[in-house]
Amino acid sequence: MPTHDHDHHHDHQVVPSDPALRTKALESLLVEKGLVDRAALDALVDAYENKIGPRNGARVVARAWVDPAYKQRLLNHASAAIAELGYGAAQGEHMVVLENGPSVHNLVVCTLCSCYPWPILGLPPVWYKSAPYRSRSVIDPRGVLREFGLELPQDVEVRVCDSTAEVRYLVLPERPAGTEKMTEEELAALVTRDAMIGVAKVVPPPGGKA
Amino acid sequence: MNGMHDMGGMQDMGPIRREENEPVFHQPWEGRVFAMNRAIGAWGKWNIDAGRYGIELLPPADYLQMSYYEKWLTRNLELLVKSGLVTREEMETGKPAPGSQKATPPLTAAGVSAVAGLRGNFMRPEAEAKARFEVGQQVRARNMNPVGHTRLPRYARGKMGAVVRCHGVFVFPDTNAHFLGELPQHLYSVRFTARELWGGDASPLDSVYIDMWDSYLEHA
Repeated sequence: MPTHDHDHHHDHQVVPSDPALRTKALESLLVEKGLVDRAALDALVDAYENKIGPRNGARVVARAWVDPAYKQRLLNHASAAIAELGYGAAQGEHMVVLENGPSVHNLVVCTLCSCYPWPILGLPPVWYKSAPYRSRSVIDPRGVLREFGLELPQDVEVRVCDSTAEVRYLVLPERPAGTEKMTEEELAALVTRDAMIGVAKVVPPPGGKA
Repeated sequence: MNGMHDMGGMQDMGPIRREENEPVFHQPWEGRVFAMNRAIGAWGKWNIDAGRYGIELLPPADYLQMSYYEKWLTRNLELLVKSGLVTREEMETGKPAPGSQKATPPLTAAGVSAVAGLRGNFMRPEAEAKARFEVGQQVRARNMNPVGHTRLPRYARGKMGAVVRCHGVFVFPDTNAHFLGELPQHLYSVRFTARELWGGDASPLDSVYIDMWDSYLEHA
């Protein structure tokens, strides 16, 4: 595994090559120097493993589906509308929501790195950060969607959003038919991370709600 | 910099590999790297753009081979030394320099639980930046190839588009990444048709929306 030190005046390895060992060595040093607080690191890992994730975004989507006034606020001023539900932090400071419908399908990518709305979707999955997704989404979005099992008719307009700035995008998926009687909570349970990135649709429960 | 990271439009990267029930972190060390990155960020020694540039400086083969958090780790080792937070010697020995004073971490566990405390803010509404473009206007993305950091993807350079949304005034990454000032300027969402970007074989309906700073654009 490469462990380049990119200061080329300095050609020996500064740390062990295994990332786990390198990480451990770095953490010890930073803690000993008082640069980071170990409890803060624990709290950060816990927050992103257990509190911040796509369930947050699903609640936003479900609210928009049941409350037309909220949906309007979400489409007009996404950051404020998302904050109404208590969400908002790093990598979600400037939110824009893109609405999917029968004739328009949005999907979000970051070709230059891996920008992603952390507060409402959590940290991105590996595929979102991978070269295949980042490179091909902009040139062949329909092919990419097909890989995700979504075949869009030719008359549906595909809009790819390349997230190049500090604006973060959330796709508001189309509410599936047959969910008219479902509660907001039940609807939220249907909403997937992939649908909020725009690589999937929200699938109705089999046969609708009993 | 026309680097490996600027990969929009490449076609030979293989299939998209998805993982069912993917964990947030695949290994404990990934979580520690993520957390250290956030905690060190609280020192304010570098900014988000300098951090991205640090990853762009990885050699292309490493860039493609390393996992996401391995890139972060490698970048942070470099930036910690460059910023003076850690000396090269300390990095090598793994111990604080003899006689050095212990610092007080700016980010505590209590600061983390008030998650709002971790927000960044990249808007500069108070800056007196003039908007050269408005919604509906035809624009052309500049053909430019700076050797430093830029967020204008290669695949859009020289292409014609239309402004569809004004986001407000934002910090400019091309200067901020190099600590040359924030140079706040208007940011727009610009729509490029798939045919403009990729030619006549592309779907006539499809398009790519790219966030563009004012100085990436010229009047069409």
